[in-house]
Amino acid sequence: MVKTFGEFLIFMQSMLVRKERLGTLWQRTLDEAILIGIDSVFIVAIVSAFIGAVTCVQIAYNLVNPLIPKSTIGFMVREMTILELAPTITSIVLAGKVGSSIAGGLGTMRITEQVDALEVMGINSASYLVLPKIVAAMLMFPLLVVLAMVLSITGGYLAGTLSGAMSAQEYVEGIRTDFVPYNIVFALIKSVVFAFLVSAISSYKGYYTKGGALEVGAASTGAVTNSIIAILLADYVLAAVLL
Amino acid sequence: MIEVHNIQKSFNGNPVLKGITCTFETGKCNLLLGGSGTGKSVLLQCIVGLMKPDLGSITFDGLVFTNNKVDIKQEIRRKIGMLFQGGALFDSMTVYENTEFPLKMLTPEMSKEERRDRVEFCLKRVGLENAGTKMPSEISGGMKKRVGIARAIAPNCTYLFCDEPNSGLDPATSIKIDELIYEITHEYGITTVVITHDMNSVVEIGDHIIYLHKGQKLWDGNKDEILNTTVPELKEFIFSSSLVRAAKKVDEETEGGLAAATSDEAYNI
Repeated sequence: MVKTFGEFLIFMQSMLVRKERLGTLWQRTLDEAILIGIDSVFIVAIVSAFIGAVTCVQIAYNLVNPLIPKSTIGFMVREMTILELAPTITSIVLAGKVGSSIAGGLGTMRITEQVDALEVMGINSASYLVLPKIVAAMLMFPLLVVLAMVLSITGGYLAGTLSGAMSAQEYVEGIRTDFVPYNIVFALIKSVVFAFLVSAISSYKGYYTKGGALEVGAASTGAVTNSIIAILLADYVLAAVLL
Repeated sequence: MIEVHNIQKSFNGNPVLKGITCTFETGKCNLLLGGSGTGKSVLLQCIVGLMKPDLGSITFDGLVFTNNKVDIKQEIRRKIGMLFQGGALFDSMTVYENTEFPLKMLTPEMSKEERRDRVEFCLKRVGLENAGTKMPSEISGGMKKRVGIARAIAPNCTYLFCDEPNSGLDPATSIKIDELIYEITHEYGITTVVITHDMNSVVEIGDHIIYLHKGQKLWDGNKDEILNTTVPELKEFIFSSSLVRAAKKVDEETEGGLAAATSDEAYNI
């Protein structure tokens, strides 16, 4: 465990020495941003909209006390979405989609000697291949989390109003009640940390793949599992430290 | 010229290279010959810097590569071209982009037009002038090797390393790849190191041959001398090839040179 963590730190450090030209890295970062960000919009949209809808319906189902105003449903959907569901669930979904893709891609490059080919050319493969992925993830995760927040709250609105659980006015009133802007900042900080964890852990797993196709699959699975565990641990630590 | 001095490498206490000292001559096809598991690939990886030897030194035209400053290592590495066993072409790039890649990365001062001319020249040199738009998944194994060669020579490499260039190819394509490597070596006067266990390659392109056995250099010489060797392990290796055995049989019937070369009674085919 300690040895692996040490190797991980050395891997992170190796990205920062012998860096390629900024123009090259920026172009690579844009390419990765498309793969990590744009290509993930659909899955993030679907998951977040339905989570918002389900959250709203379940809160409405449980809030049967006539003394509690129905606007509380909107308030609770907003709080849950911003504080937890949007950043954490989105990051877990992305750990599955992006993490496995990063680990699988790098693992395949490793076993087919493409990484060695870069090294022989005198190119720092970690810097060229991994650094843009991490930067792109740290840029795109917050945007996807903002999208998830909007769609989740919209999903709650549609589910709540279409099912007749509350009126549109009550939901919007709940959404606007006691809004704390810092919660958005907190969610964005979480998303950046989760982005780093998912991309760095997945890259590490893929970059050091040894063997054949079976090991590439194992690296992808390991990347997703470790990323999710890291997200949950970091989620607790950040909540304890920042809230 | 590449000079390898007393290179040693072990894995988990098992010695793979046991103090190899040899020289790869400029303008020649230097073959690293040996059976599977004799340390050829490990030696090659040590030379190109993909693996760090436990002991010993490697110099490229007088510049020490092992344990030197990163800048000097980089300077040497940028003169190295390598053809990998499977081609190691970048999956996401076309044949043209693969060939252009080292130029883009290593010679940023080159204009787009100069790069295009160089890529077109290299692809034409390996006979792939019409395959530039194809993806690596759309071309054959032999074509992948040729793209690998084009990519290796694109930045005007001084040293060319080929890791089993014939593996997985049919005999006719193997000969074409061998000829291409030989021609390029002599045309540009580069130092070429080829890992092989193919006797066809030995007799086709072996300007200088180094035979490895169990992590040690047992013999070196050229393709004309190899058949006269008195080293039992090398004899056994050479004559394990059915083609060479058949050639010997024909030679014996015609009392030719090959029969004379293999007349040692100690060797039993």
